[in-house]
Amino acid sequence: MPTPPFSRRSFLKGTAATVGAAALPNFAAADGHSPLTVGFIYVGPKDDFGYNQAHAEGAVAVKAMEGVVVVEEENVAETTDVQNSMESMINFDGAKLLFPTSFGYFNPHVLETAPKHPDVRFEHAAGLWTEGMPTNVGSYFGYIGMGQYLNGITAGHATKTKKIGFVAAKPIPQVLLNINSFLLGARQVDPEITCQVIFTGEWSLAVKEAEATNALADAGCDVITCHVDGPKVVMETAAGRDAFVCGYHANQSPLAPEKYLTGAEWNWADVYTNMVQTTLDGGTIGNFVRGGLADGFVKMSPLGPAVSDASRAQFEAAKAEIMGGGFAAIKGPLKDNTGKTLLSAGEALVETDIALESMGYLVEGVIGSTS
Amino acid sequence: MTDHSAPAPLVAAAPNGMLRILTRRSEAVILPLAALLVGFGVFSIFLLLQGKSPIEFFSLTYKAGFGTAFSWQNTLSRTAPLLFAALCVALPARLGLVVIGGEGAIVLGGVAAGAMGALLATSPGAMALPIMAASAMIIGGLWIGAVGALRYVRGVNETIASLLLAYIAIALMNHLVEGPLRDPASLNKPSTAPLPDTLRVGDLPGWEVHWGLAFGLLCCVLAWVLIEKTTWGFAARIAGGNMRAAQVQGLPVGWLIIGFTALGGALAGLAGFFEVAAVHGSANASLATGYGYTGILIAFLARHNPLAIIPVAILLAGFEASSGLIQRRMGLPDATTLVLQGFVFISILMSDTLYGRFKMFAPERWRSA
Repeated sequence: MPTPPFSRRSFLKGTAATVGAAALPNFAAADGHSPLTVGFIYVGPKDDFGYNQAHAEGAVAVKAMEGVVVVEEENVAETTDVQNSMESMINFDGAKLLFPTSFGYFNPHVLETAPKHPDVRFEHAAGLWTEGMPTNVGSYFGYIGMGQYLNGITAGHATKTKKIGFVAAKPIPQVLLNINSFLLGARQVDPEITCQVIFTGEWSLAVKEAEATNALADAGCDVITCHVDGPKVVMETAAGRDAFVCGYHANQSPLAPEKYLTGAEWNWADVYTNMVQTTLDGGTIGNFVRGGLADGFVKMSPLGPAVSDASRAQFEAAKAEIMGGGFAAIKGPLKDNTGKTLLSAGEALVETDIALESMGYLVEGVIGSTS
Repeated sequence: MTDHSAPAPLVAAAPNGMLRILTRRSEAVILPLAALLVGFGVFSIFLLLQGKSPIEFFSLTYKAGFGTAFSWQNTLSRTAPLLFAALCVALPARLGLVVIGGEGAIVLGGVAAGAMGALLATSPGAMALPIMAASAMIIGGLWIGAVGALRYVRGVNETIASLLLAYIAIALMNHLVEGPLRDPASLNKPSTAPLPDTLRVGDLPGWEVHWGLAFGLLCCVLAWVLIEKTTWGFAARIAGGNMRAAQVQGLPVGWLIIGFTALGGALAGLAGFFEVAAVHGSANASLATGYGYTGILIAFLARHNPLAIIPVAILLAGFEASSGLIQRRMGLPDATTLVLQGFVFISILMSDTLYGRFKMFAPERWRSA
């Protein structure tokens, strides 16, 4: 069918396009490029002294960059809520780079939303991207177990009862690796040390975290650390019971300045500014990104006033060794806490070993059970 | 406002004319709407005290909740579980029971659906999906039905019992998905085995909203028919009005209590089924996200009328859909929407005392004015 030279429809289309094009410069930044909108989504509050705060501190660093607009949402549940939040950031704010930061956002929510928006990049913390998943999705995480190993060294020096404690959320690989690393670090100081672990069953459950901390203190643990989303309750409760504390996720030293030894912190500020810069430069972020202390993914809190000189020396030596790369905290001979041999002498799982991401055991010296 | 000189007649004068019927009916619409507006008003003062603009808040809420096609999809996709959760409160409420533990039935219904789906992974969807839905409903029905039974047989307060049972349900869910029902491949997020594509519930044709919405709307209509148009519903309303009188009349009060609580629980369980089969693809801790608690608010706002639940659920889903944009554009914390819900809830509860106080809604008292 021949097209009439000038139909009403094409006139309307043309007019709309002209008006649209005329309106466009209003959205462009001063330098002529439209700014990159980056969205951050958190599962809890941004100021939880923990997991979410660590990510939000990364977002603060991104905000300071040129040509970037940051939008944030907190307390977004791991349901269709997060899909809607991502869609809303894309639809209303024009976001081109998203950081949905909670583990539970990945499957199915990120994986289902990403194919609908091939021009948007989804960067997910802690997910395990594998071949066949959407290529505009990336997953990144850090080897923070090494940080708990270093925590363990300062704990080993600080403990007098030779009992240290760990308040843990759930018996999943990431958490188990942290518990085992904490004890193995402490055993570098004294192989007699034991670590008692209590699982609260939830990522964020303040009452049980306080109860668990008190129970550990009652059992004689005099250095306590944790792996829950918001370590605030554990830190304050433990310090109130006169125990030393090692931090996790973010720097909690303001909560217990005298009792804080050190802490394993995320360094998302570096990671996020790098990723955003790569995007601004037109580059591509890898689909599967991991890094440790040496790569600037993880950092340690400054050592607290209670850390002795001997402790500081051993801490710094171990840290230098980890920074050198190829370090293994999990190495043979090693048994689990039911007496089963895990690794024989000479075997070792270096920090980058993917086998560590499916850990299902507690090592000898940890008092507690995974089930 | 009170008029002591003219006591209301024992038997209301027969309404003559459409106007009188409409006036009488309008009380149930105008009072909640007025209460809603008062809630908005108080919330606006709260916003002004924070130095924020209420106009911006409500226009953003409109835009993100109802202003565009995407907003409607965002709102409606949140509505489905809220409809079921609200019915779980509204049905027992007809018997005068305040059941606030629907969350437990949602969570356990989801676990039942996930476990059944893992068991029937190789069966065709047409056979497995109804079984999954039925098992979710049975578990949910048993859970909340038990609350009704405890109430009738042992006199245990149903409000406290259902709330506490919700915590037990969540703990049970954690135990099951981290223990016996755990898919060994779900490393850092313990879940039941993922459902195959054949056992997933899809979206409504042409929408990005799953079928749970259609079933939720259908259940609201059926629940309204049950309460308003059947003898069971009538008996339940009698028992809700005066339990002793109902017993004297020979109504099976025990069965009514257990039946209505179990039915409410079964519907909440169905919400869990849709969360697993349409949204998550497996049962895990993400099931416990508080839909059951938002459902309480909706049921009270709707004055336990199943048809009124539909618009109220959509309204509240719209508020929740807009919470993100409000955080981003106005720099208000996420809890802002909760504050609004709280003000509206209190305002609606207080409005309950106003029923029958306004002469304008009572045609039989007009003459004495």
